[in-house]
Amino acid sequence: MAKVVYAVGDDISTDVIYPGRFMATVLPTETPQFAFADDAVFNNQLKNRQIPPGSVIAAGKNFGCGSSREQAVSTLKGHELIIVARSVARIFMQNAVNLGLRLIVVPDLEASLGDEIECEEDRVVNRTSGRNFATERLPSARQAIVDAGGLIPYTRKRLVERSASPR
Amino acid sequence: MGMTVVEKILARATGQRSVKAGDVLEPRVDLAMSHENAALVINQFLEIYKGTGLEPKVWDASRVAIIFDHRVPAESSKTATNQKKVREFVARHMISKFHDIRGDRGGICHQILPESGYVRPGHVVVGTDSHTTSHGALGAFAFGIGATEMASVWTLGFAVNVEVPATIKVNVTGDFLPMVGPKDLILHLIGTLSAQGANFRVIEFHGPTIARMSTSGRLVICNMSVEAGATSGIVPADAETVHYLREEAGVRDLIDVVLPDADAAYERTVSIDVSQLPPQIACPHTVDNVKPIDQVAGKKIQQVVIGSCTNGRLDDIAAAAAMVRGKSVASGTRMLVFPASGRIYQRALDQGYIADLVRAGAVVMNPGCGPCLGVHEGALGDGEVALSTTNRNFKGRMGNPTAEVFLCSPAVAAASAVAGEITDPRKGA
Repeated sequence: MAKVVYAVGDDISTDVIYPGRFMATVLPTETPQFAFADDAVFNNQLKNRQIPPGSVIAAGKNFGCGSSREQAVSTLKGHELIIVARSVARIFMQNAVNLGLRLIVVPDLEASLGDEIECEEDRVVNRTSGRNFATERLPSARQAIVDAGGLIPYTRKRLVERSASPR
Repeated sequence: MGMTVVEKILARATGQRSVKAGDVLEPRVDLAMSHENAALVINQFLEIYKGTGLEPKVWDASRVAIIFDHRVPAESSKTATNQKKVREFVARHMISKFHDIRGDRGGICHQILPESGYVRPGHVVVGTDSHTTSHGALGAFAFGIGATEMASVWTLGFAVNVEVPATIKVNVTGDFLPMVGPKDLILHLIGTLSAQGANFRVIEFHGPTIARMSTSGRLVICNMSVEAGATSGIVPADAETVHYLREEAGVRDLIDVVLPDADAAYERTVSIDVSQLPPQIACPHTVDNVKPIDQVAGKKIQQVVIGSCTNGRLDDIAAAAAMVRGKSVASGTRMLVFPASGRIYQRALDQGYIADLVRAGAVVMNPGCGPCLGVHEGALGDGEVALSTTNRNFKGRMGNPTAEVFLCSPAVAAASAVAGEITDPRKGA
């Protein structure tokens, strides 16, 4: 069971998730401090560790649109947040898969701040409203990277295989 | 069934006779571009090699491009140190397509790549920047990726697990009204499709209006295709593409053009007649919140920005200069102009455009991303309103979440700078 600690609408851009003025900070160990930096209340809750790992951000359509900045993913991953969204912009989805940020696409999602959510294999149950919603499976192209534990271990494996048997 | 232009490019890049939307492929990469975020790519690249006992090696140094543009010259010691690390990596790995902070060959990556002849029709181009879609203007399949994915490309030389995207065909007809052009077309299209209407899809542009459009204009429409969510925008290469590559980019070798089949399978077709299209404005805080100019005319503005990878080219600066020549930027309004590259800056100097702009009160800044993404210069004050030829108006985009950003063409921006409020350039500022 996880709590919805932040609920947002459609088209939340990476400029909102990780404002451009912090882009000089790149390392995943340093980006978490700037998550949703322009929302002082939520940013402070995150920085003061008032948000338990595994908490949920419930979002509308096109979450993570805009800039390809990977900091927008590493900043959320650093707080071990789970993103449950009606849809996700392509580059953000790819970055989330590559870095291992947990992302669940639920096209008909209805969830509000404070709701208790259960994320199961192929559905999301909103315990507060009593309703459940089907999740959209990740395309198989991305599942292989998730299964490998992210793109770095996936590519490392491919690299080692290649150097063992030169083409 | 035939193939779309992107399907054809991906078939070639994987050595297959045919591919179709939904197929999962590993296309070889012709060009891999990064900017300052190469600092993070380098970090992830070295991470991949950790524990393998192998010497980190970029798969093909001649296919890697690194262009400093986001924060030039450095706004902080942190950025300066990142840039220094990237320079050291560039030297060690002998990356030749490197554009440092220079007045002659520096500039914004999405201008440097085309004008340097680095992108060709049929290429697969990846960039750690969402506006990599720009390079579809030259008939390439170009899309944005994250830094870790770029580190993977640097290692393997291909993009792993790429799904062939479905394609939306956009057919454009009609002649633009005076003072209306490619920026108005793409804003109108984004408003029509919505900010997510082309997510995971390619927009392929066709029609007589596109055939007559310069490469500069095609770069505008492909650049902003990502604002409808598109993986890429693309204009299949034609005589104009070859002309641009020969005359502007100095390409001497064979140019191999890839075209879509006549019976290609498109997900849908959108038709636009631009002959009555008025200037378009994207209103805060999403790019698809697009209105015809008469609905927002009269809005007071404190800052006008002309430049960026969208509209910082010579024709854009010429349009702005013509609009302000002999006039003066309104009191209470700041006008900032930043050319897209050193080459464009020099030509704008030679043509007298820079003098026109400066005499009118504009501040001309060095080529680069400038105020577009709020990291460097030209930040907005609390509650201020900006009118900008850039590509995004998200909350906080220009450095202040309480400010508002409206997007428009260079002609609208310049006419409005003189008036101090959003103004239709056709009404004579």
